[in-house]
Amino acid sequence: MVLLDHGSGGLASSRLVQEIFLSRLSNPILNELEDSAILDIGQQQIAFTTDSYVVDPIFFPGGDIGELAVNGTINDLAMKGGMPVALSLALILEEGFSLDDLERIMDSIARASIQAGVPVATGDTKVVPKGKADKIFINTAGVGIIEIRFPLTASRIRPGDKILVSGTVGDHGATIMTRRQGLEVPGQFQSDTMALHRLVRDMLELSGENIRCFRDPTRGGLATTLVELAKKAGVTMEIAETEIPVRKDVAQTCEILGLDPLYLANEGKLVAVVAPDVADELLALMQESHLAPEPAIIGRVVEQGIMPVVMETAIGGKRAVEMLTGEPLPRIC
Amino acid sequence: MCVAVPLRVIEIKERDPAETGGFLGPVAIVDVGTGQQEVRLEIVDRQPEPGDYVIVHAGFAIHTLTPEDARKTFDLFEEVERITLESS
Amino acid sequence: MMNLQDGIASGQPADARRRRDLVKALLLSIHRQLASISSPQKIRLMEVCGTHTMSIFKHGLRHLLPDRIELISGPGCPVCVTSPGQIDAAIKLSDIPDLIVATFGDMLRVPGSQGQSLAKARARGADVRIVYSPVDALQLARDNPDRNVCFLGIGFETTAPVVAATLKMASQLSVNNFFVYSCHKTMPNALEALFSSKESDVQGLLCPGHVSAIIGEQPYGFLVEKYGLACAITGFEAEEILLGVLSLLKQLASKYPFVDNCYPRAVSPEGNPSAVAALEQVFQPSTAVWRGLGSIPGSGLAIRQQFKRHDAESHFGIEIEEPNKVSGCRCHRIITGQIIPPECPMFRKACTPENPMGPCMVSSEGACAAWFKYGGERL
Repeated sequence: MVLLDHGSGGLASSRLVQEIFLSRLSNPILNELEDSAILDIGQQQIAFTTDSYVVDPIFFPGGDIGELAVNGTINDLAMKGGMPVALSLALILEEGFSLDDLERIMDSIARASIQAGVPVATGDTKVVPKGKADKIFINTAGVGIIEIRFPLTASRIRPGDKILVSGTVGDHGATIMTRRQGLEVPGQFQSDTMALHRLVRDMLELSGENIRCFRDPTRGGLATTLVELAKKAGVTMEIAETEIPVRKDVAQTCEILGLDPLYLANEGKLVAVVAPDVADELLALMQESHLAPEPAIIGRVVEQGIMPVVMETAIGGKRAVEMLTGEPLPRIC
Repeated sequence: MCVAVPLRVIEIKERDPAETGGFLGPVAIVDVGTGQQEVRLEIVDRQPEPGDYVIVHAGFAIHTLTPEDARKTFDLFEEVERITLESS
Repeated sequence: MMNLQDGIASGQPADARRRRDLVKALLLSIHRQLASISSPQKIRLMEVCGTHTMSIFKHGLRHLLPDRIELISGPGCPVCVTSPGQIDAAIKLSDIPDLIVATFGDMLRVPGSQGQSLAKARARGADVRIVYSPVDALQLARDNPDRNVCFLGIGFETTAPVVAATLKMASQLSVNNFFVYSCHKTMPNALEALFSSKESDVQGLLCPGHVSAIIGEQPYGFLVEKYGLACAITGFEAEEILLGVLSLLKQLASKYPFVDNCYPRAVSPEGNPSAVAALEQVFQPSTAVWRGLGSIPGSGLAIRQQFKRHDAESHFGIEIEEPNKVSGCRCHRIITGQIIPPECPMFRKACTPENPMGPCMVSSEGACAAWFKYGGERL
């Protein structure tokens, strides 16, 4: 039967996709399993993607499910170089859901859409009886135009490349976890939800083909994203714990709950794998951008070793970074 | 087998049973970086004061330490470093 | 000088450079101490506590320690040593209508003898909730007066007093729909059973830091006197673990074992008498079945008569049936330190975190889970 782990972005999710979806739907576009699909329409290349949002709680410090739904899909397009053109918005509402809450969420969606410059072009609403959905589920799909003439894919990654991240990791996941565990305090950290297409555009303008690929480390966190990239590219990534930006308060909260920030979701960050020569200039660009609050070069790509991702710890030790089975759980032991 | 972290005590709060719905005993308000959290003091060895640290396990303080106590670990480290340097 | 302000309670120097210098000094001392120990060739040290296992891997310490030192995991993972019968019973509890099972996250995915788990039970409609503290479970009971709430009590002497305090509150406030299923265990008798069997030829023991914060230094005395084991009560930062290892080597070199408190900021020699008092007020020693060690008298904690009305075992008529061993599962040899995970034929093959055959793989602190996740044997 389906378990929560199947939705967590870890190994269980991969298995589900491979065994039940790909086995039936297999086609060259889908099989890439990238953030969005690349379609050739006439002379144009279009990025096309969809995502559903079922987060609980629906309101949290730094945003809400509506904002996530807009920014998340825009980012999926942007990661493949697709400059977003329009979004679709489909709502599934539970009977009894508060109209005030619905308006609040629609306000967020409107705000995010305007801020990003991406209109909601079409939509749909369904209502199901009480108990058949959890308050509100949102699906957004998006299309974007690919303006670059080269693909952004993991297969272009090669030994020597550098790995960059645009800011602190774990903020969104930690925010959600603390709200769920009842650490209901006015926090200083909050969800980092943010649309990143303009940052991607600026980075591509600066360094072009020297950027191998982008990924946004959502479910499963930075660790899962890096492992996926490394496996797909057939390389090993060496990263340094001291270089990975983590907010002190997020780190402390994770310690209390027994969580690891590397595995917690990010909704406003990107990972970029780039040719070594352009790493510094891209870092400088990101440092100037308000869309990249605390960018860093966190590691480099080397020839494929036994483990896909290896980390040098803060004290100079070494450990592998693997994928989780399922969702991270707070622990006491 | 025990995830427990040291957290700094900001204040001690006496609970008003009426307000807390009957949960008795004082709690410590600790700084968790993201804000504040309540930590129960029923089984702590020494009642902490603001400025002390408490080691927290599953919402309860299991040990109170002063900055002097925390220093003890650094004393051990310094000892090791001193010996290592001396014999280099 | 170290920046006390930032590092003050965490036991580690504030800045990265300082940490590395300190770690280098500790490693250098370890190497020197090792040089003065001529035999045996392999020094086998056991780290009893699952949190130590995780910390060692998290910091990549195995990679830094000399090859002569073998760090072995012991039975200090509460989930790993919970008997299959008790796990089955916990899962069966979740089948009871209108019962809310509240548990630490650690227990959620642990498989019982029939391949069930609390996670799977939840998927089938059981009301299973993850809580950070047993007090949250008590609050659940108060918020849901028409339902019963059962908290799964796992953990050793660090956690048992917390649960004891919660039970006292439940009793004082007459929250009669709150129950605890006690799977709690205590360390000293289990350690006695482990070393008296002579199956593990361990020379030194890294003693669990937070258990010691509760029970103090004295309960480990018999390990020195009866079995000649070097003992070091150890903290959880990388530097503190290295300090503990160094202490054990010094003891072996001088051939003078004792109980060395290397975690003085958290552990007083007498421990925490308030916590112990709460524990003894609510629980009494009982016989417990430890996976891998079998039945050990006096190593379990049963709820006393005075608090029996909150005892899930009697209220729900829990019957424990210890099933036959899962064939091929060698968790019992892992937690007694006889083999390391790569030496189990199922490790990384039939047994993975996705498809765990035993608790050592699925527990957040299990030795096998740690080795798997951190690539222990491959780096």
